Amino acid sequence: MKIKLRDIAHGRSGDKGDAANIGIITYDDKGYEIICKHLTVETVKKHFEGICFGEVERFELPNLRALNFLLHNTLGGGGTVSLKLDAQGKTLAAALLRMELEV
Amino acid sequence: MKNKIRIASGQGFWGDLIDAPYYQVTHGDIDYLVMDYLAEVTMSILQKQKNKNPELGYARDIPELMKRILPICKEKNIKVITNGGGVNPISCAKAILEVAKSIGISELKIGVVLGDDIKDRIDSIIDSGCELNDMETGEPIINVKDKLLSANVYFGAFPIVEALQRGAEIVITGRTTDTGLTLAPMIYEFGWTKDNFDLMAAGTVAGHILECGAQATGGNFLGNWESIENFAQIGFPIAEAFPNGEVVITKHESLGGKVSIDTVSEQLLYEIGDPKMYITPDCIADFTSIKLEEEGKDRIKVFNIKGKPDTPSYKVSCSYESGFSASSTLTYSWPQALTKAKAVDKILRKRLEILNLQFDEMRTEFIGYNACHGPLATEIDEDLINEIVVRFSVRSKDYKSIERFGKEIAPLILTGPPSVTGFAGGRPKPSEVVAYWPALIPKELVTPYVEIMEMKS
Repeated sequence: MKIKLRDIAHGRSGDKGDAANIGIITYDDKGYEIICKHLTVETVKKHFEGICFGEVERFELPNLRALNFLLHNTLGGGGTVSLKLDAQGKTLAAALLRMELEV
Repeated sequence: MKNKIRIASGQGFWGDLIDAPYYQVTHGDIDYLVMDYLAEVTMSILQKQKNKNPELGYARDIPELMKRILPICKEKNIKVITNGGGVNPISCAKAILEVAKSIGISELKIGVVLGDDIKDRIDSIIDSGCELNDMETGEPIINVKDKLLSANVYFGAFPIVEALQRGAEIVITGRTTDTGLTLAPMIYEFGWTKDNFDLMAAGTVAGHILECGAQATGGNFLGNWESIENFAQIGFPIAEAFPNGEVVITKHESLGGKVSIDTVSEQLLYEIGDPKMYITPDCIADFTSIKLEEEGKDRIKVFNIKGKPDTPSYKVSCSYESGFSASSTLTYSWPQALTKAKAVDKILRKRLEILNLQFDEMRTEFIGYNACHGPLATEIDEDLINEIVVRFSVRSKDYKSIERFGKEIAPLILTGPPSVTGFAGGRPKPSEVVAYWPALIPKELVTPYVEIMEMKS
């Protein structure tokens, strides 16, 4: 069955230098199980092909039913140098919520 | 000792909602108003202002705001803590004293936290063996020393605690961590000690929730944002802190917004790296230990927080000049809006190539199509696109190349594809690029200190 990440989670993104941080928070325990299994370093890296040019790191926050991702080399040089309209990666959480998961 | 204090966030950045601090002091009871004004670039902007006028270099909104809220703060005994002193906290305090005098206040004690500005000490710091290497690239700071605009150490809560202990009603700091502003009154009121790392972490987490203002109370909320009521008068967050380290995040009832597990969680996840290692000058907080519980409408209890000892270093935020940039836009309407925008990009690039201009980077974005999500944007039938804004940006070490780029945009209107508009405001001017240089410095090389400035009747 295909589900949209958007239907089971919300999130927020921002910048840490040239890296973007994306926090994804699920609405219930089942959702957290699903993202732990399907939102891996590899699937997230593939999703952001052409946007993220560096390593992806993943951190688990089970108490908050959330995952935090760091996407390195993603913001065109970082907040002050970047020419991007979204130099701080503010819209990248929404971009990750576009993902569809086969569960 | 008080058994509870209420700390209210009044600003999430310099330029935030001007009336928010006023609402915080008038719409309910609070003990402290904390305001974060400093982002990474802000210090360099303030340094430039100070270079032009030695009396400037702080958030100039503060004196005007104080004029409005000081009588209320005096009456209700609300203390104000802010890092809006920027690179000139002394002048900021002077300006506040003047404003206070002008509205008939006869007694006021301001604590000023100093010692964070190390720009003039860079040479001796390098000589002492600390190369202030860029935390991302490892490069030593000597490589950009001539272009350095600002260098400030992030202090934590304890210098503010000292100011409060010495009777300050207002505390003005330079580069203090956003989290330190909120942790400080907890340490001061509850007598917490530095070696109680769980308590240091608890106050730090509360500070992280408060530091971006309404982002904790429904602003920029990616969950069910349409459920947020009264955005127009959104209430900024309040941390109700208890001596045992438990904190309840709430807001004034009469203001808009929402405090829920979802809104607080989004802010907790904002701009963090490894959640087990949230490093501040005061402690290392473990964000994976945080538990949240709804204990009433717009009341979220934050508890169970674990901390570890602080590290032997302070973080230093340096900024340096790194060339120039410019941006400009044109708007194309239906039909073939995207095709025309892509065509004009080719024309502009060809002209810039013929002119042999030197750019480190040129970027073209199609707003209305894929500027935010790039390759993830959905392909749509071009006939359904009503208009596209094409945005050109360039960056270069060569000022003249950027200046000439600015002169090549308007001509595209009469010398390129049709149905184009939206070029207003004249030629884009080159703006200076300020790059950011994060580094570490051993704590023993820097000493924060507090100066009390007061007015007595």
